[in-house]
Amino acid sequence: MTTSSRRNVLKGGAALTGTLALGFPAIVRAQTDKIKIGHLTPLTGFLGALGAYAQLGMRMAEEEINKAGGVMGRPIEVISEDSVNPATAATKAQRMLDQDGAAILMGEISSASAVTIMQVAARNKRLYMQIGARSDALRGKNCNKYTFHVDIPNTVMVNAVGKALQRDNMVNGKKFYTLTADYIFGHDLLKAAKAFFDANQATLLGDELVATDVTDFSPYLLKVRQAKPDVVCCNLAGNQVTNLIKQYAEFGLPYPIVGFNLNTADAWAAGEGNLSGTWPTVWHHDLDVPASKEFVAAFIKKHGKPPENHAWIEYISFKIMARAMNETKSTDSEQLIGYLEKQTEFDILKGRKGYFRGWDHQLIQEAYPFTVKPKGQAKDKWDFLALGPAVPNANEPLEIINPTKEQNPCTL
Amino acid sequence: MFLLEQVVNGLVLGGYYLLIALGLSLIFSVGGIVNLAHGAFYAFGAYVAVALTNYLGFGPAIVISPIAVGMLGILFERFILRRFYTADPILSLLVTFGLAMIAEQLLRIIWGAAPLSQTMPQSLKGAVFIGDFLFSRYRLMLLAVVAVVLLGIWLLLQKTPFGRVVRAGIERPDMVAALGIKLQPYMTVIVVLGVAMAALGGALFAPITIVHPAMGAEIITVAFVVVVIGGLGSFWGVVLAALLVGVVRGITIHFAPAAGEASIYVLMFLVLLFRPRGLLGERIEKFE
Repeated sequence: MTTSSRRNVLKGGAALTGTLALGFPAIVRAQTDKIKIGHLTPLTGFLGALGAYAQLGMRMAEEEINKAGGVMGRPIEVISEDSVNPATAATKAQRMLDQDGAAILMGEISSASAVTIMQVAARNKRLYMQIGARSDALRGKNCNKYTFHVDIPNTVMVNAVGKALQRDNMVNGKKFYTLTADYIFGHDLLKAAKAFFDANQATLLGDELVATDVTDFSPYLLKVRQAKPDVVCCNLAGNQVTNLIKQYAEFGLPYPIVGFNLNTADAWAAGEGNLSGTWPTVWHHDLDVPASKEFVAAFIKKHGKPPENHAWIEYISFKIMARAMNETKSTDSEQLIGYLEKQTEFDILKGRKGYFRGWDHQLIQEAYPFTVKPKGQAKDKWDFLALGPAVPNANEPLEIINPTKEQNPCTL
Repeated sequence: MFLLEQVVNGLVLGGYYLLIALGLSLIFSVGGIVNLAHGAFYAFGAYVAVALTNYLGFGPAIVISPIAVGMLGILFERFILRRFYTADPILSLLVTFGLAMIAEQLLRIIWGAAPLSQTMPQSLKGAVFIGDFLFSRYRLMLLAVVAVVLLGIWLLLQKTPFGRVVRAGIERPDMVAALGIKLQPYMTVIVVLGVAMAALGGALFAPITIVHPAMGAEIITVAFVVVVIGGLGSFWGVVLAALLVGVVRGITIHFAPAAGEASIYVLMFLVLLFRPRGLLGERIEKFE
């Protein structure tokens, strides 16, 4: 909370003024006119490449928002740092609130770091928009009133790919073998995958828990070959997906490989000719939606390469936040939470608009399966993915691919 | 049978660890410097190979990249390492640690944080069956390259006048000096060889893993574990340790996949507990 915002509120004659000033007496000191937002994302480690795209999308939104006059007439300033690991992420988040004067927190890709930032948000009663982490548990048993989740949860990813696999007769009666990232995200994804296999008469032959620092997958691939599954399924995250895909192609195993998690940057890094199978995504740059195309063109003009899904999601998240602040005329967490909980619809550069579900704070939106284009059809090195139709179908409610109230233990 | 397959696969992987660990061990043994920047040369090797592949094709890139990075090694030895041979080891530790970080950021600035992709030639893709064992064709090629390099280094150290001086320099540098032989030019060659081997490792591994700025930091830990297990000053110690690490990791993954990466540290712990000098480590005066 800054002096000037207090002045603004006074000017508007809002009744809140007193409580705000009393609530934060120590912080109401001379500060700049800017609205500060604390932002964390991994820039190093196995998610670092995704975090780099996230920052590009975030900066682009920041620039556009400020060019258009900022929020409530004031410019926004995003303080962005490498979240490094869960403990450091929490420390930095607390510091951003205490010392840097951040009004709210945004960002993250790692589910493990997101959990600790969510705790900081709850303890300080400040809004945290959790942008890029996908573990179901974040919006399930770990959910809290102060956190909103933008990226699709694991269950949605499984459902998006699952529908495509069912269409191709690759589920019913088939034997699966999974490789799973050994941390909260992977465990969670495996759980969602198991539920899907059970519901669709598929069996799980075996699962390998893979530590996040594994770069050589050859021993795991030998075990897969010994098990002779019908389908191999990747539940890994970040650049481990890329490594697995490349080494899977290297060993030339005959079983089709699919995955329940992939970010397009990891697919691009694998390169054409290595990737195969069916995978989920939350957004892709060749999506046939005018607003999306406009964003992609602007991004390419600026950076010389298309935006990855983490660039897109940061971009729309900051646009959503700016709109929320403008419409509530406030940077106060409680007010913003109230606004977002009203299930206001937002344009998220997709065919259908999205909204935050009131009871678990999850952004409800379309997802997509994708496959790989036949050899020789790619126009450039970012173009070898073939996006499938949006899930769910246009005539179905968006909610049906999300965990139901019965499946999701979240109580805010 | 399945277990045997893991053992053989582990040996292949050990060969790759060896490329990085051997240089690290040589630089330490001769110069007394713990080169924490060794991983950076591995990463440079991979990046340069990817960049060259676009112009020259895969084969030439694999050959030229280690040579180019080896040249970088001359500068590294001449202007940085040379100042620290007689200094407190903690200083060289700090300097090379700082260099590793600078190198990582440099890669990030030049090539970006997003990983690069390197595709292997179609002819090297796929599996080879020997009996009932499955091998990746590419890794068999990699193993052959490692064997040739290893043989070359061994011959150089054992059968040439150069090797005799280097071995004497490891054991008794003061005696070598008393005989009027300057070790510094030898050290330059050792650093260039070590660095070039690391770069070769990076260039060879680029098609099966991903090329990203932090790849050097990823490999350096394993390389150190190999050197520590093998013991300082011992050529065959490093070879044995690299193969052992590969095999132990494979066997562990066979039985307890989640413990795969932890197993090599447990191995190091056990070796240090019972043989603090490493498996074949020799008693080296200057480090006692």
